[in-house]
Amino acid sequence: MSDPIIQAGTPTPRSGDEKPRPGMSERSIGVLGDRKKARLDELARASASDRGGISLVRDAVRRLRRNPVAIVGAAIVGLFVLVAIFAPLIAPHDPVQRFDELTKNLTVDSIPGGSSEFPLGSDPLGRDFLSRMIHGARQTLFVGVVATLIGLALGVLIGAIAGAFGGWVDVVLMRLTDVMLALPSLLLAITLVAMASRSSQWTVIFAVAIVSVPIFARLLRGSMLAQRESDHVLAARALGVKERNIVLRHMLPNSLTAVIVQATLTFAVAILDAAALSFLGLGDPDINRAEWGLMLGVDGQRYFEVRPELAYYPALAIIVVALGFTLLGEAMREAIDPKNRR
Amino acid sequence: MLRVIVRRLLQLVVTLIALSALIFIWLRNLPGGPVEALLGERATPERRVLLTKALGYDQPILVQYGKFMQRVVTGDFGNSIRTGDPVTEVISRAFPATIELALAAMIIAVGLGIPLGYLAARWRGRWPDNLTIAGTLLGISIPIFFLGYLLKDVFTQNIHWFPPSGRLTTGLDNTNVTGFFVLDGLLTREFDASADALWHLILPAITLATIPLAVIVRITRASVLDVLNEDYVRTAEAKGLRHRTIRGRHILRNALLPVVTTIGLQTGALLSGAVLTEKVYNWGGIGTLITDSISGGRDYPVLQAIILLAALVFVVVNLLVDLSYAFIDPRVRVR
Repeated sequence: MSDPIIQAGTPTPRSGDEKPRPGMSERSIGVLGDRKKARLDELARASASDRGGISLVRDAVRRLRRNPVAIVGAAIVGLFVLVAIFAPLIAPHDPVQRFDELTKNLTVDSIPGGSSEFPLGSDPLGRDFLSRMIHGARQTLFVGVVATLIGLALGVLIGAIAGAFGGWVDVVLMRLTDVMLALPSLLLAITLVAMASRSSQWTVIFAVAIVSVPIFARLLRGSMLAQRESDHVLAARALGVKERNIVLRHMLPNSLTAVIVQATLTFAVAILDAAALSFLGLGDPDINRAEWGLMLGVDGQRYFEVRPELAYYPALAIIVVALGFTLLGEAMREAIDPKNRR
Repeated sequence: MLRVIVRRLLQLVVTLIALSALIFIWLRNLPGGPVEALLGERATPERRVLLTKALGYDQPILVQYGKFMQRVVTGDFGNSIRTGDPVTEVISRAFPATIELALAAMIIAVGLGIPLGYLAARWRGRWPDNLTIAGTLLGISIPIFFLGYLLKDVFTQNIHWFPPSGRLTTGLDNTNVTGFFVLDGLLTREFDASADALWHLILPAITLATIPLAVIVRITRASVLDVLNEDYVRTAEAKGLRHRTIRGRHILRNALLPVVTTIGLQTGALLSGAVLTEKVYNWGGIGTLITDSISGGRDYPVLQAIILLAALVFVVVNLLVDLSYAFIDPRVRVR
């Protein structure tokens, strides 16, 4: 990768994002006076927070706690996780039970709206929509987390092997990820689901997970390669630490931060992609499953003319949660960037 | 320069061969597989054996792959299971529709994204910047098929500004020359057809442009902020150059380099988005073809060819982007 043209074309993560922009936040724009002022502020801050030896992670956490973007993101994510965990306690009804009060009013072109007992009304099968929305948090969290974890695990495995061994192993593995990156992510996911004999929740999770593998792999490998040349690895080697331990204890842990940040961003993409698969008719066929992407992609689409709320609420939930994870992920990415350390 | 091009082309060929082999082997080892897809309900053990033999699936996988590649290099991807038409014909019928849509979306994304990103950078930290950033975050968090339905509902049902679906008003005659309807109308002087096609194009193009637009705004903003901090911009300001000159020659020319790379990388997002957008607006391009190839029994030959085509388009576009770098940025040429 010595040649700048090749480097210029190295794909970046798909999450709809730019490369990390070091030091962006503290910079001023081109007016001279402004820049001088910013420079002074910078010096002031640097001297005020001169606490040598503080770890990168602790420093990052400290910066995160001061960043309103991170707090908003964390609050959304936290609330979402709480709702997901306590869904059975919060939801007023059973999400899969069909209520006679609701089914008797169901027709082809009318679905009962909200009442005091069923605040958000009915879904197309006479089930309590509010309870399904609340339980939806749980299923959505499950799909997002499992998909992200599978992608992360496979990506880390490939990236770590490539980064640790280098040489032809690296070349072969990276060519493989290049092939995957050359495919539009949703198209790859569609193909994966379409090729399974019948779709289930797991084919969706798996397809969404595979798409993120090359991103994690590339990221980790890049980070590992940078570590190989670093002083602490050299020091470990000089001390006679076994090669295996250098990789596992020194290189891998130090490379994981970027991957974990990416995982936060991947979660948002995973639930959006799962919704897209449902929309295309490739989602989970289980009609009892309450998952936001499924609710939006199937019922929301089919009954958009009859009762648009069936699309609005799951869509809103997905947007807010995706936004929360994206905000948190981006704030984290900015925070761990060593160039932002002050 | 030439060496780089040749090397990239070789890499492209290797990538495509690897991809085709992967897809080929994968397709043939699936539960169900093409034989089941072809036979569907009528599958009996005898028929299965007959068809397996007729399609050559009883031969070793390497022999099968060799034969497949032999046909592919002559442009024969087999026939669609669903319609029986040659795959190349099916795809070339749908391809212009998607390209037209993707180009329109890219024009919107680039045309709006670069100015918005520049303005956000110049107003850094103040409300125009915050508003733009909030907009881009919303843009990447919204499921684009939902956005499509929303736009369709507002602009075709509530206010009747745009047609709800399709590429042309039914009954309107147009002469098909290139398959790009807007262009066809101009070429054949059927300007009403051209206008009608454009009118149909606007909503889908906006829907599809959302994600690339958000990404381009963010990259442009970040990149402009980087450049604004450079010494040569300060020098230009100190020299008392006109604002317009500084913006055009010093800031944008340098800031746009990463943006150009991003535009290439967005090809993938456009193809993914096209599948969803085309379904919402019943567009009839590659995206619709993918959806149909899946829902109407799995049409493996068509899917296989589309995947290879998508990879080809992505890699070629990015190759062109990298090459254009050498022309935009003299520094790349020197090295």
